[in-house]
Amino acid sequence: MSFVQNFPFFSIIIAMFSGIVSSVLDGKKARNLSLVMIAVTTALSAGTLAFCLGTGESYTFMMGHFPAPWGNEIRAGVLEGVTAVFFGVIMFLAVIGGLEHTAEDVEEKKLNLFYIMIDLMLSSLLALVYTNDLFTAYVFVEINTIAGCGLIMIRQKGRSMSAAIRYMIMSQLGSGLFLIGLSILYDVTGHLLMSPAKESVEMLVAEGSYRLPLLVIMAVIGVGLAIKSGLYPFHYWIPDTYGYATPTASAVLSGLVSKGYIFLLIKIFYRVLGYENLVSSQMANVLYVFGIVGMVMGSLHAIHETDTRRMTAYSSVAQIGYIYMGIGLGTSYGMVAAVFHIFTHSATKALLFISAVGLYEVSGDKKDYVSLRGAGYRNPLAGIGFTVGSLSMVGFPMLSGFISKLLFATSALESPHKMLPTLIVLAVSTTLNAVYFLRLVITLYSRRRPEDAPIPETVPRKSWHLRLAILCFIGVNLVLGLASQPIVQAITDGLAMFG
Amino acid sequence: MLQHLSLNIEETAAVILFGVGFTILLLHRNLIKKIMGMNVMDTATYLFLASKGYITGRAVPIVVDGVQEVEAYINPVPSGLVLTGIVVSVSTTALMLSLTIRLYERYHSLDLDEILIMAKEEEQT
Repeated sequence: MSFVQNFPFFSIIIAMFSGIVSSVLDGKKARNLSLVMIAVTTALSAGTLAFCLGTGESYTFMMGHFPAPWGNEIRAGVLEGVTAVFFGVIMFLAVIGGLEHTAEDVEEKKLNLFYIMIDLMLSSLLALVYTNDLFTAYVFVEINTIAGCGLIMIRQKGRSMSAAIRYMIMSQLGSGLFLIGLSILYDVTGHLLMSPAKESVEMLVAEGSYRLPLLVIMAVIGVGLAIKSGLYPFHYWIPDTYGYATPTASAVLSGLVSKGYIFLLIKIFYRVLGYENLVSSQMANVLYVFGIVGMVMGSLHAIHETDTRRMTAYSSVAQIGYIYMGIGLGTSYGMVAAVFHIFTHSATKALLFISAVGLYEVSGDKKDYVSLRGAGYRNPLAGIGFTVGSLSMVGFPMLSGFISKLLFATSALESPHKMLPTLIVLAVSTTLNAVYFLRLVITLYSRRRPEDAPIPETVPRKSWHLRLAILCFIGVNLVLGLASQPIVQAITDGLAMFG
Repeated sequence: MLQHLSLNIEETAAVILFGVGFTILLLHRNLIKKIMGMNVMDTATYLFLASKGYITGRAVPIVVDGVQEVEAYINPVPSGLVLTGIVVSVSTTALMLSLTIRLYERYHSLDLDEILIMAKEEEQT
């Protein structure tokens, strides 16, 4: 066994231990440790990715002393590697970008707690990406939820605390469903490891036995993780949660947490339940319908919103809809598009939340349209960042959103029954996206009117952290948009390895 | 169909309890009752696992008197899962309760709808 194969395990454990160590450090040291840890784990993930690309296949890593059907395992392949690297990069930039605001929003004595949550969050995300064991996945889903709740409630405002309890309630509903789904699956198959469980499922499907329990498992796990990732009818906790947390937390929650759950769902669909069973049992169609409804409804809510941060949050609802639509298309092309959109949305939404911070700074910390008028001139780089993010969400060529939409549209052509609704909803949703994002961009670059309330004199904070983060996020967006071919290829290979 | 339900009476009870807990967690306005609902829901899952993991007449898999046949013992994994699950649900319950205390200190109410309205008003002023 090559030394590189230990890296996924190292990265999870390093992230978790830095969380534990941070509990006795003061805020600044915890912050630095966190940043170093994110950089190190991302490098380790990159090593894993390079190894998997080199060998061209995935591998499993035994945890503890019990071999395959009994013990616990980690699995790493190209898709896991790409996702882990990507999550690491986004996490790093989100923490850097929100550095000053985190220090302001959080009491100084509690600053290390915030970074403990960040460490635990990354550790659980990596574990969700790499794990090959269903119950481990459940435990890390819960760690993820608790860390997410901590990130929201660390800002001791009434609105963020009520958002945190709402988030907890919805997450617990999701985890409860996920847990009972796992329990039934374990009873039916007798396995918790993904690969043996899949063999049992395939056998049961071939025999035609346990048809109803398998359907229940698919529905319950699917709905459980859909609630946790905020698919449309279960979205009502999203605007408060993303809208009132501290900027880093908003970027991490919208960009990474929901994506971790979706990644786990895709993994379970491919590696346990079998994607073809999902399609033949109509479960894919259910997700498809929820997805396209979410794409339209999320955007409509966003148009009604006057608070721009809540508007950005509602746009997440629409984008999660895109991802589920891709999963629900029922073809491997649709799945590639969905996974690519996971990347697009993490990069773009984090960019939007972080660059919006720069705009609010120069508008007296107000978030409505009138106060933001002309903010693009007052903080040029943040304005450019927000514009790039908006254009990417709308699907402007050269940016990652365009590639996502292109992939969705071409994959729709592969599934004849869903082609027309997909293309129509894509067009409608793009138009709606353009309505609210471009309205805000135009607002940012329009002159202030004399009747507007004057902006309170604020000294613009010369924060190189924020600028660096915005520039890097724009760079990530451009890379995804201009050099999408190798990434799409890696996703396709990775999904093939899942199969 | 009914026969199956009465044969698996524990599992049936577990699923009904799960539904009860789920509904309370989703629909009840009182935060404490929501948390109780969450616990009912989680415990129902443990009942399900525990009853599935037990086979009448078999013992825990600890070899004391030299009996080594597989038929003599039950599978220990479901019990392990229940223990892990209990740890997880205790920690989430603790977190939810601490949040509830914070919210009660601030708004003197346990009604989630009232709290949300008050938080909204507080933000606007």
